Amino acid sequence: MIDNPKAGMSLIVKTITRLIMGLILLFGIYIVLHGHLSPGGGFAGGMIIALSFVHLMLAFGKEAVTSKISKNLASNLESIGALMFLSIAAIGFFGGSFFLNILKKGEPFKLFSAGTIPLNNLAISLKVSVGLLAIFLALVILEGTKKEI
Amino acid sequence: MNSVNIIPLFVIIPLFSAFFISLIGRFAKRAYINFLSVITCLSLLFLSFSGLNLLRHSAVPALVYKIGGWVPPFGICMVLDGLANFMLITVNLVAFFVSVYSLSYMEKYTDRPKFLTLFFLMLTGMNGLIVTGDLFNLFVFLEIASISSYALVAFGTEAEELEASFKYTIMGTLASCFIFLGIAFLYGFTSTLNMADMANILSAKQNIWLINFVAVLFFMGFGLKAALMPFHGWIADAHPSAPASISAMLSGVLIKTLGIYALMRVFFNVLGMTDAYCSVLMFLGSLSIIIAVILALSQFDLKRLLAYSSISQIGYIVLGLGLGTPLGILGGLFHLFNHSVFKSLLFLTSGSIDYSTGTRDLKEMSGLKEKLPVTANTNLIASMSISGIPPFSGFFSKLIIIFACIQKGCIGYALIAVIGSILTLTTFAKVQKFAFFGELKEKYKAIKEVPPAMKFSMIGLAVICILGGFLLFPSLRFFLNDAAGVLLEGRDYAKIILK
Amino acid sequence: MSLYLLCLALFCVGLYGVLRKRNIVKIIIGLAIIEYSINLFFVLLGYRFHGRAPIDAQDQNILNMVDPLPQALVLTSIVIGLAVMAVLISIALRLYEKYGTFDITKIKQLKG
Repeated sequence: MIDNPKAGMSLIVKTITRLIMGLILLFGIYIVLHGHLSPGGGFAGGMIIALSFVHLMLAFGKEAVTSKISKNLASNLESIGALMFLSIAAIGFFGGSFFLNILKKGEPFKLFSAGTIPLNNLAISLKVSVGLLAIFLALVILEGTKKEI
Repeated sequence: MNSVNIIPLFVIIPLFSAFFISLIGRFAKRAYINFLSVITCLSLLFLSFSGLNLLRHSAVPALVYKIGGWVPPFGICMVLDGLANFMLITVNLVAFFVSVYSLSYMEKYTDRPKFLTLFFLMLTGMNGLIVTGDLFNLFVFLEIASISSYALVAFGTEAEELEASFKYTIMGTLASCFIFLGIAFLYGFTSTLNMADMANILSAKQNIWLINFVAVLFFMGFGLKAALMPFHGWIADAHPSAPASISAMLSGVLIKTLGIYALMRVFFNVLGMTDAYCSVLMFLGSLSIIIAVILALSQFDLKRLLAYSSISQIGYIVLGLGLGTPLGILGGLFHLFNHSVFKSLLFLTSGSIDYSTGTRDLKEMSGLKEKLPVTANTNLIASMSISGIPPFSGFFSKLIIIFACIQKGCIGYALIAVIGSILTLTTFAKVQKFAFFGELKEKYKAIKEVPPAMKFSMIGLAVICILGGFLLFPSLRFFLNDAAGVLLEGRDYAKIILK
Repeated sequence: MSLYLLCLALFCVGLYGVLRKRNIVKIIIGLAIIEYSINLFFVLLGYRFHGRAPIDAQDQNILNMVDPLPQALVLTSIVIGLAVMAVLISIALRLYEKYGTFDITKIKQLKG
């Protein structure tokens, strides 16, 4: 983590962010993986994952994230997430109709059950988290290049 | 391609190519991306014609595809009937010609892959809205198409374009909120979202004040998307600012799909058309015809003039559909098809004038006929068609609408339609005089004709304008009759879908 | 019944913000309030008397739940609202770059 005292917020915020950011990320991944058992799913979990990175950016200044994830990488990952979702839906064509749930269903209330629904959750969470991060990156970079009025 | 499985392909193909172009846009060469975009539109056009063929040779009047194997009303279904076929062919035809035109026109704007991504997302939304059979699915596709168009209007990021896009976004979002509120009320009343099931339940229950309230909400919401008269404020700013190919898509197919098709589907097939709704539609339509064409006469910005004339022609379509008689609906739908073709052609020619001379102001240009012959001739064909001069296609559709008005006994509305047609002729005679005839100015002596991709699109659309009247021949009239038949059945459409 | 009237009151607050405020950011906030009030109304439509949350759990005998379908639809609507907000805020930032002000009475290039 870049510890520039001029960028970002005060020391207390930086310390707490270092401790908590991993927990927020883990919580988001838990919500995505258990989307078919408890409330949440792809969109809510994806938002929490994206917000953990935004938290990092707010506390440490924008160089903490823009040096590791560029806008091009975010845009490519987002398209990959969307294509993954579309291909999972198109696999259903081999079973019968579009969007059919063709994997094994397993027993209810276990983690590996419900066919293609956890895979769809993963694809949606990838797209939503990277998409929200890309929007935030675009706004932050635009702010940086704004000329003095 | 001989089964009911082709219906989801209308949504899968543009969605796939939108994200695929966004992924490979930075690495691949320009030629591959251009080729991919043209192939996508061509395959969609081919699929819509094969859908037409499939429907003609099948025993049932409508093809139903159950998504995921879930039987409606528990699942979402996709329906391909005569009206959906008609709209699909219109949308994909115009989209194909516009995508070929943008091969050369979008050279002036940066960042081609992003433009193509947004363009194909808009096409996904429109295609999905046409084939769906579920009310909330219609709302989701409407939002996909709307949000892409908000971003496309602001594509050049000049000062004017941003201001126009801001106004368009705020008004469009408010309209979508009204539509969502209407769907919420309908769900609370009937506890189902499938359009066919809802039609069955609504015809069984007695008519209470809730249906009229929901109808007013839908008039406001879909009327704004269709640019009917009291809700037309956004279109006069959004059209001049957008790039010409986007203006052609926006005015040619977007306002007709999102506004008029959705309005027709919900009112005729779900809520049930009563005399009160018919008279409201006729009144709003005739108001649009007269006021918009008077506003169009005083404009000197070419694309703003075309935007106001769009509002006026939408008034013709709504007047024809609001009559409710078989001849009126036939005239309204035929005018919808004709207007898509010649209004897109008019916007494409104004774009090519902009590309060659760099101006949109009618007072600046004159005498362009000798330097831009293809542009001038196709513009002349489109202007004669929109004014209703025989033997072009616009004459037949306007004549049918006027006859239908007289047949129903509404002489006043027929008179308004005739006056609107005369004023439209005046408007486009003004465009022709200022832009193409007269002396060529000094600064335009060096301009050249536009590149061949743009010429191909303009000539293709002009040919359809000339031959459009043949759609009324007895052997080809099934195309329009099937579409009108779906609307005239009203709520009996539900009995075909849910068997 | 009073809950639905409060949703309408929230809608009117948002509508006042969109119509009467002169700052672009305040107009955007008003639009957001309108969207949230409609989402709230739709979720409230699904309430059933003596219902509990519609989550299926192991070893529990569930008698009556509230309607889960509006909750799924409102999830979609919230995502759509997020996308519109993203577009509006980008347009507002760029408008500030071009015009130098957030006041809508001064952003009036398109006329006629």
